[in-house]
Amino acid sequence: MEIKVDIQKCTGCRICKNVCMYDAIEIVGKKAVINENCVFCSACIESCNYDAIEISGLIASEKDFSDYSGVCVYLETYADKIIDVGFELLSSGRLLADNLGVYLSAVLICREEPKNLNKVFNYGLDKLYLVKSHIFENNLDDIFAKALVQVINKYKPEIFLAGATMFGRTLIPKVAAIIKTGLTADCTALSIDTGKKILLQTRPTFGGNILATIITKNSRPQMATVRPHVMEIKISNNIDDKNGGKNYSSEDYKSKIEYIKLDESKFKTKYKLINIEKETEEKINLNDYDAVVSGGRGLGSGEKFAMVKELAGLLGGVVGASRAAVDSNWISYPHQVGQTGKTVNPKLYIAIGISGAIQHLAGMQTADIIIAINKDPNAPIFKVANYGIVGDIFDIVPKLINRIKSGKTLI
Amino acid sequence: MIEKIRIIVCIKQVPAVMEIKINPETNTLIREGIENIINPFDTYAIEEGVRLKARLIALKDNSFDVEVIAISMGPPQSVEILREAISLGIDSGVLVSDRAFAGSDTWATAYTLSKAIKKIEGWKIIILGKQTLDGDTGQVGPELAHILNIPFIGYASKITEISRNKMVIKRLMEDRYETFEVRLPAAISVGKDINIPGIPSLRGKMKSRSAEIPVWGNEYLGMEAKECGLNGSYTQVIKIFTPEHKHETLMLSGTPDEQVSEIYSKLKELNLI
Repeated sequence: MEIKVDIQKCTGCRICKNVCMYDAIEIVGKKAVINENCVFCSACIESCNYDAIEISGLIASEKDFSDYSGVCVYLETYADKIIDVGFELLSSGRLLADNLGVYLSAVLICREEPKNLNKVFNYGLDKLYLVKSHIFENNLDDIFAKALVQVINKYKPEIFLAGATMFGRTLIPKVAAIIKTGLTADCTALSIDTGKKILLQTRPTFGGNILATIITKNSRPQMATVRPHVMEIKISNNIDDKNGGKNYSSEDYKSKIEYIKLDESKFKTKYKLINIEKETEEKINLNDYDAVVSGGRGLGSGEKFAMVKELAGLLGGVVGASRAAVDSNWISYPHQVGQTGKTVNPKLYIAIGISGAIQHLAGMQTADIIIAINKDPNAPIFKVANYGIVGDIFDIVPKLINRIKSGKTLI
Repeated sequence: MIEKIRIIVCIKQVPAVMEIKINPETNTLIREGIENIINPFDTYAIEEGVRLKARLIALKDNSFDVEVIAISMGPPQSVEILREAISLGIDSGVLVSDRAFAGSDTWATAYTLSKAIKKIEGWKIIILGKQTLDGDTGQVGPELAHILNIPFIGYASKITEISRNKMVIKRLMEDRYETFEVRLPAAISVGKDINIPGIPSLRGKMKSRSAEIPVWGNEYLGMEAKECGLNGSYTQVIKIFTPEHKHETLMLSGTPDEQVSEIYSKLKELNLI
């Protein structure tokens, strides 16, 4: 395996050198030379206007994947409910399945049938594989992986999607490793190359500064975890018209559910779960809320987070923070938004006294509406904001709180 | 006979992504002058490795001895971060490097690392950063643990108990802490809430300069060509591009009261209040 520059074609234009993240290209005598730092990321190949860079020596393997068909989605549950990312995956899975002209199926592994189970049929789901057992009381990745592998190996979907939640990002790599297939983490866009009938998996890398499109070469299923809150939830037009195109009756549901039986004695876990401490008064699941109100260095002290909390409360949202605020011990780490904290995707993000270092932007720039309040007009946060206010946060924020409060009482 | 317990810390050299600037006119990245650093999450893994060793030694059990080894897979220049790890208290380093390994996806990386780890006698605890700054996948840990057939606890925020046979680990999930007990060998990944990384000691610095760091290539690990690097990878990058930021920022002017009023009506308009 080798990466080579065709010196006949290379013009020494330096574009490839500029795109290389790994210092792997030098220009010697007006020609590009690739050195040992190269990690075969292919950025230079993509960038070259003269098709002068090529990887050779790849071992070709033409496998037959004709027995793999359909799109399958993993429905993660928490507290006996299917979590929202499941519906997002069903919506996006339906589009992919329509594009390929194949079935959409889903796998649910649970202790009890989730309270919102019937909802899954609003998205054009053709088949639900339901695995129910008391052994799935807690999210233990090894036994969940085993159950998922059984379903995947039996029904052989060509595409398998799961949410890039913390559990998903631990569980699915294990599943992919058992099946021996590729897995792309934390995708933000999925589409089908209709010519080749393969899944194009796009994800942010380098802290969201670059997007990479990835394919699964020689194995199936093509597996991806998908970032929550990115895919649009879309009720399917394909809903059966028996009931005037609206909903299924519970009898209709039953015909679409296939109960999977397991030999429970073969499901041994390596983990002993000792304790779970649930969220108490403090809300820390930043991805559960439509609004995130974050405070940063500009707050100056932990006490000042009170106004951030108050505003978040009024908006029915949750408190976030920049790394600077967390590192100063003004607020705890579970609130941190950004590259070394959480990635959030709310409808509304308000940044208070946050300058907007690139690491922070990586964690919030995909929010629908971003409002930034900062005293520095040149703060990078304004580059990603929809609305910006240059001003004193200690003046603006209390005023906004009062305005919302008085607005509420007027109604 | 004295048992040798080895703690393995997996580290990666990455470009310092946080220093990247974007050229506002062309919307392209300015990469010049970006240095290579230890993946930030791996610095917590190094510190935890050093601390776990100290905790095991503090048990004063003469039947075993503890060593903490850093492994890095990457191009030859990754030797720099192994030296840095030694200056931070790691006992020794191994560089897994071969042109044949270039282009590895998470699976091929995990597979290659597993081959290297199996060459180390007495490995019992494997510590990784929860994800890398460049790839950002967090997949190598769980894949590696699967290949080695050991439990994996991701996002560990505290090791509450450690002995020669087991660990009790508390981890932070989206909205809850979970505490697990696992038997060793086991693997964990860590984030920044687990510890505060130390700084290099003078002794560590001296040691790091003279440390011999072996380079393990494929001749030593003995993988088939189709198992490593791009050939051993199930996934492949086919396109890389810069995201477009299409929106415009509306800067609200006027007095603070006017600005607040305007924000308020925007929030109303968008049904956010």
